[in-house]
Amino acid sequence: MYSEKVMDHFSNPRNMGEIENASGVGTVGNAKCGDIMRMYLDIDENGLIQDVKFKTFGCGAAVATSSMATELVKGKTIQEALKITNKAVTDALDGLPPVKVHCSLLAEEAIHAALWDYAQKNGIEIEGLSQPKTDIHDGEEEETYE
Amino acid sequence: MSQLKPSFIYFDNAATTKTAPEVVEAMLPYFTEYFGNPSSIYTLAGTSKKAVTQSRDIIAGAIGAEANEIYFTAGGSEADNWALIATAEAYETKGRHIITSAIEHHAILSTCHYLEKRGFEVTYLPVDEYGIIDLNELKKAIRKDTILISIMFANNEIGTIQPIKEIGVIAKENKILFHTDAVQAFGQIPISVNDLNIDMLSASGHKLNGPKGIGFLYIRKGVKSRSFIHGGQQERGRRAGTENVPGIVGMGAATKRALAIMEDKTAKELELRDYMISKIAQEVPFSKLNGHPTRRLPNNINFSFEFVEGESLLIKLDMEGICASSGSACTSGSLDPSHVLLAIGLPHEKAHGSLRISISEENTKEEIDFTIEKIKEILQYLRNMSPLYEDYKKKML
Repeated sequence: MYSEKVMDHFSNPRNMGEIENASGVGTVGNAKCGDIMRMYLDIDENGLIQDVKFKTFGCGAAVATSSMATELVKGKTIQEALKITNKAVTDALDGLPPVKVHCSLLAEEAIHAALWDYAQKNGIEIEGLSQPKTDIHDGEEEETYE
Repeated sequence: MSQLKPSFIYFDNAATTKTAPEVVEAMLPYFTEYFGNPSSIYTLAGTSKKAVTQSRDIIAGAIGAEANEIYFTAGGSEADNWALIATAEAYETKGRHIITSAIEHHAILSTCHYLEKRGFEVTYLPVDEYGIIDLNELKKAIRKDTILISIMFANNEIGTIQPIKEIGVIAKENKILFHTDAVQAFGQIPISVNDLNIDMLSASGHKLNGPKGIGFLYIRKGVKSRSFIHGGQQERGRRAGTENVPGIVGMGAATKRALAIMEDKTAKELELRDYMISKIAQEVPFSKLNGHPTRRLPNNINFSFEFVEGESLLIKLDMEGICASSGSACTSGSLDPSHVLLAIGLPHEKAHGSLRISISEENTKEEIDFTIEKIKEILQYLRNMSPLYEDYKKKML
C-alpha cells in the first residue's frame, strides 16, 4: 500500500529525536485522530535552519512524512522552509494513499508551528506566516458510504 | 513439529483462516467433475444437489436446527444484512423499533443506519468496560413496537462473549425476534439455537477453515422473512441465484471438521491465549488487556499499548513476519479508531494503540515468545519516537 520511499522513511526515519533548547518547537495533530507530530528547529542568527528533529505518534505515513519534512527543511532559510507544502512532501515520498494525504498536511503544519514558536520566542514577525492551527483535522469529515 | 516452519507467524484468524486441506479436497470435485447446476434435471446435476443437501444437514445439525431452516448466503455480511432488512420489512406493520449493541460488526451497524434512514428506530445498547451488554438496559429498551433484538454472539475485536442465553429468554418473554451475528462464534464454541432461543443466526465459512464467499443465515421456522435476492427458487425462494456448490460443500466440510476438533482446539487455544495474555501483562510496560479475562473467545487476545499507534506497530510486526491486526483509525481507513474500543471506554489514543492477536490451534508457545520479544523491541522503538511518551516522561520527572 505504501511506496518504497515511504517504507524507507518509516523504517529508517531521518532526524528522529529532540533538540534541547531548540529555537522553535511545534506540535500539531491530535490523539483523537491518531497522529501527533512535534518538530524541533535549530535556527542560527542568519535565519538558516541548522538542525531539525522530529517526534511522531502516528501511522507509517505520519512517520514517513515527518521524516521527509525534516530532510526538506534542513539547511533551508526560514522563507524557503515556509514554502514547503504538503504536496512537496507527498511528491518527495513518491505519493501517499488517498486516505493518508492528511498526514502530509500534518508535516506542513508542523514546520509552520515550529517557525511560529521561533517567531514568538524572538518577538519577530515572519512574512507570510500566521498562527497555524494546531489541529489539522478541524473541519475534516469522514466519507460515508450508503 | 516436524514439518517445515512457515516463513510467517499467522495471528489473524479472526480476519480469516487458512482453508483446511480436507476442506479443499472435498470442494475440488465440485469445480471440475460434478459441476452441474443443482436445479437441472439430469443425473450430473443430482450429484450437486445431493452435496448441497448434505452440507445443509451437517450445518443444521451443528446448531440443532432443521435443514430447511438453513439458507446459504455469500457470507456473514450478507446474512446480517438479510436478517435485519428482511425482518424489518416483514414486521414493519407490527413495529419499527430494533435493539442492537454499540459494538456490533459494521455489517449490522451500517445496516441499522440504512434502516434508520428509512424510518426505523434503533437503540444501540452500551456495553461495560469488558464489552458486555447490561441485561437490565436491554429490558428497559424494549418497547411495544420493538420487532427485533440483534446482539452478536462474540465480538470480533475483543472476543467478548455476550450472555446469549439470557438475551434469548428476554426476547422470548417479550415475543421479540432474536438474531445473533455468530460469525466469530460458529465453529468455535458450541451453539444450540433451541437452548439459546435464537430465531436467526449469521455465520461465515472462512472463519472456521472453510472457503471465503460462503456463509449462511439460520431462520427459525415460522419467522416471517422476505426474499432477499429475487429471481429464482433456490433456498426455498428466499435467496435466488445458482448455488455456490463448491463453497457450500466447503462450508459443510469445514463445519464437520470444526465440530470434530472443537474440544482439542479449544483446549490448545485456551492454553496459548492465557499464556500470552499473562506474559504480555507481566512483561510489557504500559499495556492493558481489552475485553473480559474469561468470557472471551478462546482464540482472542487484544491489548492496548500506550504512546504508540497501531498501524506503525503492525508494519513493524509484519517486517518480522508476524501477521496481526489493530483497531487504529489508520487500519480502518477512517479517522476514528475502533468503535468497539471506544464503546468499552478507551480514550482515543489508547484505542489507536491496540493490537489484536487471534490465534489458532496450530500456533505454538515458541511463536508467542518470539512475538512478545518483538513487541517489546518495537514498542521501545516507537515510544522513543513518540511525543506522547516524551510528554509522559517529562511529567514524571
